[in-house]
Amino acid sequence: MGLLTNLKDSISRAASTLFSEEDPKRIGIYGPPNAGKTTLANRIARDWTGDAVGPESHVPHETRRARRKENVEIERDGKKVTIDIVDTPGVTTKVDYTEFLEHDMEKDDAVRRSREATEGVAEAMHWLREDVDGVIYVLDSSTDPFTQVNTMLIGIIESQDLPVLILANKIDLEDSSVQRIRNAYPQHETIPLSALEGDNMDEVYDKIAEYFG
Amino acid sequence: MAEIKGQDDGVQIDLISGERMDGMASMEKIRMILDGVRDGNIVILEEGLSPDEESRLIEVTMTEISPDEFNGIEIETYPKSEAADASILDRIMGKESTKKLTVIGPANQIQTLHKDETLISALVSRK
Repeated sequence: MGLLTNLKDSISRAASTLFSEEDPKRIGIYGPPNAGKTTLANRIARDWTGDAVGPESHVPHETRRARRKENVEIERDGKKVTIDIVDTPGVTTKVDYTEFLEHDMEKDDAVRRSREATEGVAEAMHWLREDVDGVIYVLDSSTDPFTQVNTMLIGIIESQDLPVLILANKIDLEDSSVQRIRNAYPQHETIPLSALEGDNMDEVYDKIAEYFG
Repeated sequence: MAEIKGQDDGVQIDLISGERMDGMASMEKIRMILDGVRDGNIVILEEGLSPDEESRLIEVTMTEISPDEFNGIEIETYPKSEAADASILDRIMGKESTKKLTVIGPANQIQTLHKDETLISALVSRK
């Protein structure tokens, strides 16, 4: 009995050291390219720290290396939740530099961009296994969410037992359908928002505090 | 290293049994898949990959993409119903159900890879 109690105590101490209330949780913002991850990361960072995380663009893979904004304090109902936001490149299984040529880029720039994008996605996948405490999964609600990459990524996140908050972004667009995302991933709560316009961010912050606080 | 196929050689499809995959380490499986796909083959796994292996497959694929040579993979999985939920004991023991059919091919050759509840459909072009 004493041995068991000691074991429980030491496990409890180890757990409290690993997941101390004082330590910010590392929250990875994942999702496909052009879902609005950086726009969201910037919105959260600006709302609570005044600074942005990185540049936004309609060109795929604008975010090619993960960027981190540390110690973002979010206050909800008098309680503070501190998180490190990790904005990651859009996850994909293919990168073709010729797609960038359509955005008025020279071949050299397009090749460099695709190389950086592949390195960034590889890094983001590695971090997903090793380095995040929770995930905000951002989807573009105006496009079909039921893709293999999304299904794989959400499966990978679930297999790691990471808390995941699914955000249906771009509700300001005419083709937006939040229900389509709810139908694709019914096992998770889906929160609608427009990171660009700032619509429904209060609910997003409530859920961030609830899921990652 | 597989032989280089001529234009009229067609497309090779490798159907890999679950039994063959059982005896392989994760990185061996990924190497086998990517070697096949990079040779222009369509690889079909009788039993797919675990989530951890899928994550590593994406990671390794990204490190191998190079301009004008290999621009990645198309992948689609058709899950069997029993794969939906691993038992709690299996999850504690680190065993994840991989009983699902998976189709993987080179992104530059697969024109469409479509899935619905009962069908995966691929239109494959020759190199």
